[in-house]
Amino acid sequence: MAQHINKKARFHSVTANRLLDGEPVYLTKSNEWSEKLTDSAIADGKDEGAKLLVMAAQAVADQHIVNPYLFDVDVDDGAAAPISVREQIRAAGPTVRRDLGKQAS
Amino acid sequence: MYRYDEFDHTMVKERVAEFAGQVRRRLAGELTEDEFKPLRLMNGLYLQLHAYMLRVAVPYGTLSSKQMRMLAHVARKYDKGYGHFTTRQNIQYHWPKLTDVPAILEELATVEMHAIQTSGNCIRNVTADQYAGVAAGEIDDPRIWSEILRQWSTFHPEYTFLPRKFKFAVTGHANDRAAIKVHDVGIVIVEGDDGKPAFDVYAGGGQGRTPMIAHLVGSKIPARDLLHFSDAIMRVYNMHGRRDNLFKARIKILVHALGPEEFARQVKEEFAKGGAGEDLKLPEGEIERIRAYFAPPAYETLPDNDAGYTQALVDNKAFALWARTNLAEHKVPGYAIVNVSLKPIGGTAGDASDAQMDVVADLAETYSFDEIRVTHEQNLVLPNVKKADLFEVWQRLAAADLATPNIGLISDMIVCPGLDYCDLANARSISIGQMISQRFADLDREHDIGELRVKISGCINACGHHHVGHIGILGVDKKGVENYQVSLGGSADENAAVGDIVGPAFTEDKIVWAIETIVETYLDRRQDGERFIDTYRRIGVDPFKETLYATA
Repeated sequence: MAQHINKKARFHSVTANRLLDGEPVYLTKSNEWSEKLTDSAIADGKDEGAKLLVMAAQAVADQHIVNPYLFDVDVDDGAAAPISVREQIRAAGPTVRRDLGKQAS
Repeated sequence: MYRYDEFDHTMVKERVAEFAGQVRRRLAGELTEDEFKPLRLMNGLYLQLHAYMLRVAVPYGTLSSKQMRMLAHVARKYDKGYGHFTTRQNIQYHWPKLTDVPAILEELATVEMHAIQTSGNCIRNVTADQYAGVAAGEIDDPRIWSEILRQWSTFHPEYTFLPRKFKFAVTGHANDRAAIKVHDVGIVIVEGDDGKPAFDVYAGGGQGRTPMIAHLVGSKIPARDLLHFSDAIMRVYNMHGRRDNLFKARIKILVHALGPEEFARQVKEEFAKGGAGEDLKLPEGEIERIRAYFAPPAYETLPDNDAGYTQALVDNKAFALWARTNLAEHKVPGYAIVNVSLKPIGGTAGDASDAQMDVVADLAETYSFDEIRVTHEQNLVLPNVKKADLFEVWQRLAAADLATPNIGLISDMIVCPGLDYCDLANARSISIGQMISQRFADLDREHDIGELRVKISGCINACGHHHVGHIGILGVDKKGVENYQVSLGGSADENAAVGDIVGPAFTEDKIVWAIETIVETYLDRRQDGERFIDTYRRIGVDPFKETLYATA
């Protein structure tokens, strides 16, 4: 699996795809899965990131999500903002079809 | 066209029921994702960035109108109103829900379609020349032999868990439109010493991170030995192909490691052993039975020239421009092969809406003996159109934005889905293709530039065939920023070649400038009648390096 975190990055969130439809979802502070990246819980450092992944493992076992992983974020006014182009695209939809994906709704 | 027999119907029906059961068990928690993933992949179902992706097989790129209408229906009912035609002559849907996939497969089965052999480490869906059976100068119809290979390879127990995926391509024409030499096995139909069809068999071609051109490993293999010889290749590969390293598992690595002569020797030895050979000798009656499915339709006897068509060429410049690039010579007088461009200026290469698919289905039914082809260059073909009908067909295609006169020109690019959709991609491809297409939107200029094959991949896996583009573009990730490496001089035809990397990669805002600079360099240097690739072969990479990097 591709690596989605950079050693130097400080803040991370957890994302996954929802089992039923593959929709990108994000782990929130209250241990729920939101379709909006800005709802993501933000881990400060490696240890907090590992804790989020433990929470995510339960959702995998419950058949709610698949393939959870940590990714780098910036913190913008308390909310997570994705750094990589990949996560920006996952959080919005195809850049070539603005009528599709999360950006459409 | 091939029609399913009772065995095909049963196999596909059973497969649909089996996968429906697997989905049920996954949702009930009886299968983990690790257990389910290989099962879904064997049914063409991937998980991408935004959703699942379902890849549906179009064996050797041949479709009936009814099948195309079903593809439109699936796009409309279960997806987001479009599908994406791929370099494997298949179609991908980018937004299906897992819970809908069993129903989609059930609907597809009603028109003899499925998602078998579109993924996994098996012999994949066989591809073929899109002009099969209709091209002037063809030696034999590759669909006959592709169908025989399909029947042999589908669910073949020995070839279900190969070291890696395995791709066959077949052409019956000296002009290679099926990229034979960049396939694991490429088959060229030739005339045997007895005057009957025989096969030149190439092995060890491929793209990805280690691009290689295939080597001839068998000459004039008699028709009845097709499966026996293919079996010998598969057995040598299955025995010695590397399973310890994913990146070294394709047959090209084995052919390279052994050397083509040694590989060919081992294949001959395996072939001579017999093995399952006698059982695999094709009975003449069986070849003829399959051939009958691909018998030519009831063509009318027509003069080659049609007065109405000739007059329309004179009267209508747009029609004449389209006819110049989008038609190909048909073997039957009075008919033409129509290429349907899925490359509108600024559009997404290979995408077709449900409405466009319906238009193509209607046109095929009325004007092309009910047949459609998908090309590996991500366009469609109406293979059997009377010249007298061309003007009407063009008008209806144009009304559906399917008549961009650019086949073989710079805006007729192969473009993979890239980072806009694909989980493996490092960079976007579609947006780069769109920018290039818009820069060269002036069709008169495109026609002046002439044949130029641009191919774009969003990662080293090379689904966008960048290695064999006259101009190849590879998206790379440089510290989180999309960059684009350019190669020149690649070719996927009978003179197949892997392109030369021109130098350091370009940023997203420089890549269109780079392509324009390459084109300008070619135009400055070309001699009379030279295509881009001819000029490149004559002058080499240095003049392009100079103009691209002189000011850097």
